Amino acid sequence: MPTPVLMPQMGESIAEGTIVRWIKKVGDAVDRDEPLFEISTDKVDAEIPAPATGVLTEIKVNEGETVAVNSVVATIGAASEISKQEPLGSAPPPAAPSLDSVVPRDVDAPPAKPAATPRKTNGRTAAKPSEDDSRKQRSSPLVRRIARDNDVDISQIHGSGLGGRVTKNDILEYIDSETGTGDSLGAEAPGAKAAGSGTRDTGLGTRAADPGSRVEIKPLSVMRKKIAEHMVMSRRTSAHVHSVFHVNFSTVERIRQQKKAEYEQLGTKLTYMAFIAKAVVSALRRFPIVNASLDGDNVIYKKDINLGIAVALESGLIVPVIKHADEKNLLGLSRAIADIATRARSKQLKPEEVHDGTFTITNPGQFGSQFGMPIINQPQVAILGVGTIEKRPIVVDDAIAIRTMAYLTLGYDHRLVDGATGDQFMAEVKQQLENFDAQ
Amino acid sequence: MTPGVLSALRQLEVRRMGLIGYQEALELQRELVEERRANRIPDLLLLLQHPPVITLGVRSETARANVVATSERLAELGIEVHETGRGGDVTYHGPGQIVGYPILDLRPDRCDVHKYVRDLEEVMIRTCADYGIAAGRIAGLTGTWVGAEKIGAIGIRISRWITSHGFAFNVRTDLDHFKLIVPCGISDRGVTSLERLTGRTIALDAVEDALVRRFSEVFERRAA
Repeated sequence: MPTPVLMPQMGESIAEGTIVRWIKKVGDAVDRDEPLFEISTDKVDAEIPAPATGVLTEIKVNEGETVAVNSVVATIGAASEISKQEPLGSAPPPAAPSLDSVVPRDVDAPPAKPAATPRKTNGRTAAKPSEDDSRKQRSSPLVRRIARDNDVDISQIHGSGLGGRVTKNDILEYIDSETGTGDSLGAEAPGAKAAGSGTRDTGLGTRAADPGSRVEIKPLSVMRKKIAEHMVMSRRTSAHVHSVFHVNFSTVERIRQQKKAEYEQLGTKLTYMAFIAKAVVSALRRFPIVNASLDGDNVIYKKDINLGIAVALESGLIVPVIKHADEKNLLGLSRAIADIATRARSKQLKPEEVHDGTFTITNPGQFGSQFGMPIINQPQVAILGVGTIEKRPIVVDDAIAIRTMAYLTLGYDHRLVDGATGDQFMAEVKQQLENFDAQ
Repeated sequence: MTPGVLSALRQLEVRRMGLIGYQEALELQRELVEERRANRIPDLLLLLQHPPVITLGVRSETARANVVATSERLAELGIEVHETGRGGDVTYHGPGQIVGYPILDLRPDRCDVHKYVRDLEEVMIRTCADYGIAAGRIAGLTGTWVGAEKIGAIGIRISRWITSHGFAFNVRTDLDHFKLIVPCGISDRGVTSLERLTGRTIALDAVEDALVRRFSEVFERRAA
């Protein structure tokens, strides 16, 4: 699907922009976030990155021309039309690319396997089309020929070359592993083997009831099944560790009381979650490794901060995502959180709104839990659990004082984030919340 | 302010670099922007002076027309002409003018280019106030003005919300050199400096101190 490139709004009072230079030409391949054009307003020249990966197919506004913000200035066409249209509905955010290596690849398996199994589709989504595309584009003709001859999808292969490029060795290894040697990092789990032998791989492989016992058997809902798969996959993928911090919410509580009326007038409720989101965003800025993914031998640092907020539903759990959370202030975050939570509950989320999260916040405290030990939402590397926020006795200057307190827990992937970093990240979140700057 | 609140402010590293060639500073900024983007360095404020140089903004074709001196005359005075990637038209830099290049990540809460420009103006306005000079803005004419004369110029580049280039504040600049150009393409306004306005000699490093203090204040950063 072509992506329109818009004249960005670089500030509240800015209504138009002048294109001073196109860095890319029509027909050039562009990567998401790569500088695409330069605009100028007033005394400011700004370099604008591409909103998507693909090929620049059309330039609608020439150098020197001035157009209103949000006008379409160009179009980026997809490099290829791979799997953009799978149904997503309530699927928890994407599974790690490594999931593919868990899918059995026996040579005599039915040839139609990929597109047909939902799990496969999911894995494909996970691999983030932009990287897939670039991998595909950047591989050498030789690699592409090997791929064609062996009927292999290059986007499914982990590239060890420059910028994720798939090298000849990568593809030969991949073909080797496909035919049975399977040594990639997906660590063969019992569940995966079971999937090959026809049992549903729900992660619930053990026998739960003997025949004839007094039980009622009901099939899992699609959402339940996906959650089950995702949770087991996450446990299997990441080396989970947790850090628990006790955070004083007195300052936040004071600001909340002060601003309550103001926010109500603006039509939204000022919740603790907005403060926590704000603090998390600022800590993620300082610790980019926590806003990353692990892909084989590469760390993928996410330039955007897309905050997933876990929302409990009657039938399960969904994690809608606030895109570009770092560009929102407290009011913007309050609105966004209220909006996605409401629409999650009324099932009005758009498919893309549960995608591309880079960090997740979950709030078991709302049900009274002191703290949770959350499981990472793959392919992210960390998740914040918020315990119940309540008044507790604490020691202040050698006296017992009553303060609004809560435990915050960070669940993180020790493969990528060490305890020191995880704790520093949490110390920053704590610091931000305890000294919250209402401006 | 309690220590806790103080340390909650984002850190600002100040580098005072003295006299540095324009080209060299340009390359340094380019590197620092990348470093800043990768979060390997904190927000930075470079303070420096350039040897005499005329620089042209991105709209170089129109900017060049605003250089009124012939290239022979410029060569005679030892003044270079440089094209740059910043916004704005043409300007002059030289000794006695403090140039500030902030390398900031404007995210998450300062993503507004106009606000950024207004903030830089504010830094210079407040610095003027430190010397008893009432400076202000003129609508539509970016920069810091004292009456109808400009004391501080602004030209900025923003690349995915990382800033470079910045401001130039005249302390004891050779104002005659501005006659070689039409500053910023604005022909009916003059240029001034802190020394001309106050009629006394002013120490450059004291002005740098004031700029750092005012910058930290306006941008809510903790200078280190």
